[in-house]
Amino acid sequence: MTISRQDVAKVGLLARLALSEAELDTMTTELSNIVGFVSLLAELDTSHVEPLAHPLDTHNVFRDDIPLPSLTTAEALQSAPRHDGECFLVPAVLNESGAA
Amino acid sequence: MQPAELTAIDIVTAVRQGDLTAVQCTLAFLQRIEAHNGSINAFLHVDAAGALATAERIDKRRSQGLPIGPLAGLPVAVKDAICTADQPTTCASKMLAHFRPPYDAEVVARLRAADAVIVGKTNMDEFAMGGSNENSAFGPVRNPWDVTRAPGGSSGGSAACVAADMAPVAIGSDTGGSIRQPAGLCGITGLKPTYGRVSRRGLVAFASSLDQIGPMARSAADCALIMETIAGHDPGDATSLTGGVPRYSTQLDQPLAGVRIGRVPEHFAAGLDPEVARGVEEAFAVFKAAGATVHDIQLPHAKYGVPTYYLIAPCEASSNLARYDGAHYGHRATRRDEEGHRATRRDEEGHGTAPHTPGAFESPLVEMYCRSRAEGFGPEVKRRIMLGTYALSAGYYDAYYAKALRVRRLIRQDYLNAFEQVDLIGGPVSATAAFKLGEKTNDPLAMYLVDLYTVTANLAGVGGISFPCGFTKSGLPIGFQLQAPALGEGLLLRATDRFQHLTAWHQRRPKSIPSAGPAGR
Amino acid sequence: MNASPTAPFTTIIGLEVHVQLQTRTKLFCGCSTQFGAPPNTQVCPTCLGLPGSLPVMNRQAFALALRAALALNCTIAPTTKWDRKNYFYPDLPKGYQISQFDLPFSSAGHLEVVDPKGAFAPRDVGIIRVHLEEDAGKSMHDEAAGTGDTRIDLNRAGTPLCEIVTQPDLRSPQEARAWLNELKLLLVYLGVSDCNMQEGSLRVDANINLHIPQPDGRIAKTPIVEIKNMNSFRSVERALVYETARQYQEWQETKAEMGSKPKQTRGWDEPAGITRGQRAKEESSDYRYFPEPDLVLVTVDAAQLAAVQSGMTEPPTELRKALESRWKISAYDSDVLVNQGRELVGYFEELAGAIGEGKVASNWMQQDVLRTLNERGGTIDAFPVTPAGLADLIRRVTAGDFDTSRAREIFAEMVTSGRSAADVVATLGISAVDDDELLTLCHELLAANPKIVADVRGGKEQAAAGLIGQAKKKNANVNPGKVREKCLELIRAMG
Repeated sequence: MTISRQDVAKVGLLARLALSEAELDTMTTELSNIVGFVSLLAELDTSHVEPLAHPLDTHNVFRDDIPLPSLTTAEALQSAPRHDGECFLVPAVLNESGAA
Repeated sequence: MQPAELTAIDIVTAVRQGDLTAVQCTLAFLQRIEAHNGSINAFLHVDAAGALATAERIDKRRSQGLPIGPLAGLPVAVKDAICTADQPTTCASKMLAHFRPPYDAEVVARLRAADAVIVGKTNMDEFAMGGSNENSAFGPVRNPWDVTRAPGGSSGGSAACVAADMAPVAIGSDTGGSIRQPAGLCGITGLKPTYGRVSRRGLVAFASSLDQIGPMARSAADCALIMETIAGHDPGDATSLTGGVPRYSTQLDQPLAGVRIGRVPEHFAAGLDPEVARGVEEAFAVFKAAGATVHDIQLPHAKYGVPTYYLIAPCEASSNLARYDGAHYGHRATRRDEEGHRATRRDEEGHGTAPHTPGAFESPLVEMYCRSRAEGFGPEVKRRIMLGTYALSAGYYDAYYAKALRVRRLIRQDYLNAFEQVDLIGGPVSATAAFKLGEKTNDPLAMYLVDLYTVTANLAGVGGISFPCGFTKSGLPIGFQLQAPALGEGLLLRATDRFQHLTAWHQRRPKSIPSAGPAGR
Repeated sequence: MNASPTAPFTTIIGLEVHVQLQTRTKLFCGCSTQFGAPPNTQVCPTCLGLPGSLPVMNRQAFALALRAALALNCTIAPTTKWDRKNYFYPDLPKGYQISQFDLPFSSAGHLEVVDPKGAFAPRDVGIIRVHLEEDAGKSMHDEAAGTGDTRIDLNRAGTPLCEIVTQPDLRSPQEARAWLNELKLLLVYLGVSDCNMQEGSLRVDANINLHIPQPDGRIAKTPIVEIKNMNSFRSVERALVYETARQYQEWQETKAEMGSKPKQTRGWDEPAGITRGQRAKEESSDYRYFPEPDLVLVTVDAAQLAAVQSGMTEPPTELRKALESRWKISAYDSDVLVNQGRELVGYFEELAGAIGEGKVASNWMQQDVLRTLNERGGTIDAFPVTPAGLADLIRRVTAGDFDTSRAREIFAEMVTSGRSAADVVATLGISAVDDDELLTLCHELLAANPKIVADVRGGKEQAAAGLIGQAKKKNANVNPGKVREKCLELIRAMG
């Protein structure tokens, strides 16, 4: 199994990881190796096996609809890289309506 | 005896009886940390003032005749993946270097309520991804038995601090072996409980369906003591088990007569170091001497454990780590237009420089995301995020993620079948004793294989314990692992405790730990 | 342009509706869902997506979602799970939304919309699925500030939403609007949601394309467009009308058919009255769904379903039919009443019960109560005249104490003063005119109006009307009907 450099660049964008040219190269090699290794699973016939996403068999875990104290705004923002005392600040989100 | 050499049980007994104050005990361990952390690098943060203040409060309460908790005065080190409201929680990542959680993890809250003294936060592989503790953004931990070697990982700091008597007890987390493997390589006892036995609330998630918190200490008896405080249902964790918690400590001395221990012949195939193999076989002999019987069993799909794990864990991690994007907390890349010497600084840090020229990103927001994450995460974290993102992406999901989930069911079924024949499964924790720092850092796949014997327990959700069962000729600990069916912690702790009554491996201490070593930050 | 029966195409519309469930707390944490709080005051580690935080599902949210799905005639899955939908956006602090992908808790339902005025034929709209998911926070971009920063308020993050996806069964913008009204009515009736679009508790996206018959008999299908940013049902209708025309025009120019380009998203620009194309996201939409490992499965058995069903109030469609049969009112009348909401229907039923008559009660509701509510504002709960008080008034009219127009005056006074009919009658000096009084009055009238008497005797009975006005002047409390009746009787007695 090989993964192309282009695949890696695409995955990098999906994962929001900026990769330098050098990183793209090493990542392409390493991911190909790892994916080759995990492809060992392909030799198993699992056509009659249901996926198991979670080790627990429990179900129906709920909490009651009772309000609990929230954090203060100061606590909520305490680790924010940028804020204005009320809101988190992030670089411009492009106007989705395209009307900007 | 120096307080720093006492077991957890000795300490809480001495404090309760007034033979030792919480302050004396805390000071003794703080002094050990002061003397040796420079060479071991087990702690990322030491809260001496907070710990002493807590200890003073406990002593005062005791002197006033007020009730004190079951862990009163016991210093506990906590893996830096577990949230503490009064100390940083960095996950050994540059991403969270300045992060302070506004809340305590459930285990931390329980420890505090039991009057334990939280002394500090321990080093680890970044976001718990690694098997050697070399993936820490704040430098590797060194193995107290040989500071040129790795302590294992990812709870390497927790294992090393107990081995070096810097704390009697540490809390670790285990996603694919991260408690058991470093415990084995550092010669201490570490328990990975059944999935859901200990609340995960406040444990920074790596792979949510595999993560589990557990105690690391010098003996099974000490682990039992800690479990009585940290285990149990938490309504704030939907995956937390509701059953009551046994008084593990009171059940330790029951004999092992009639207990059936499974032995997996494949464990002894090529790849297992002969010295380790010998130590493990000798341990089986000790169990037999204790009255247990040993039976060869099969775990036919165990060999698929590592590839299965290295699909499921990265897939979940790619999602769990999406929140570290520089928007609400954590590292945010400086804006290009605000910083002149960005390239220089990035080169110094060895982090990737984005190939993109300004305008190459879809928006300033996407640029902030991509660069913050590129700067904040180390190479192994990036590798796993990339792998998981790839394996979940359109067109690959069925071949990789869904396939791994199917194999996961086969692996769990192997355990269910095996536990119809035996009560416990025994074997090695790692194929070798502690390896040299740097030995595997250039080969991600070789590093992944250190989890060979441990990942299947996480995939199946069952518990496992690791403890020393001998030493190599060069004086490195050899670890033994026992695994039990779901909620079998009582038997794991009891069997280990019985073993530790017949052997003294767990009482050995590293001879001389350099007080100021080459390991400095 | 509307899709009239003469249009050279069929308009195909499907809707995707998000409604906020009426819970006190968020879907996965105990933070309040109250609207309008200062930014970032209703947040905790879980809805901020802080490291180590975990979700635990709100029981009431699931119960309300179940109620909605049952009312929409959906099949409830015996086992359901939640999935993570992964994408990066600053109003989504975890980097994924907890939603449902391949095992929604309900599917395959339908909801019919009927227009009693007959503007369109009854339309039964299929529901593909209803699922439960969490809302995102709010991004605010202040262009005027010129800082280039977007402000993020996470108060709304984690609010429980039901997503309702219809089949493309709607055939006109007008139908779409009517169907949305019916859906909203249903959900408000059931207490599932307040469906307040201004506060964002109901949001609609619409998918639309045209099926255009070709000379060769083939049906050409235009590319499907998803329309977003519609802030009212009126906007939905307007946007769909606009988009219908735009697509037809585009078809005539380009002959582009479905599949020739990726599905387009267009935003509705309300002030401009047009839809505008939105830029496609760079990585299309690879959400990498996978099962949420922090939550466990939810199972629903027959007993649970029965319990939810039995605890549910009558949905509007059934209520309309019930009112028609219980009170013998027309479909039109029951539609008007039911569309005003559960509380108004309660008022009506109490009134009709008290006077033992549906049609009269319905007329009073529509002509007097509703009109007064519209003029005064406010809700029926706070209406100053109780059903019992109004029933008392109506009974007096029926008894002939006074006529309807006099009763309206009394009603108006009851509304303003909050007093009872009896009280108002006494204060205004309104009292029933007894038979002797009436007889005397009529004699006086006949004596004073020989011409009218002669006309009536000559066969022009309608001339008696002239007597009524005079009677009212002499005594405001007289019942005109009785005056007329008595006068005619006296004239006839003259032989």
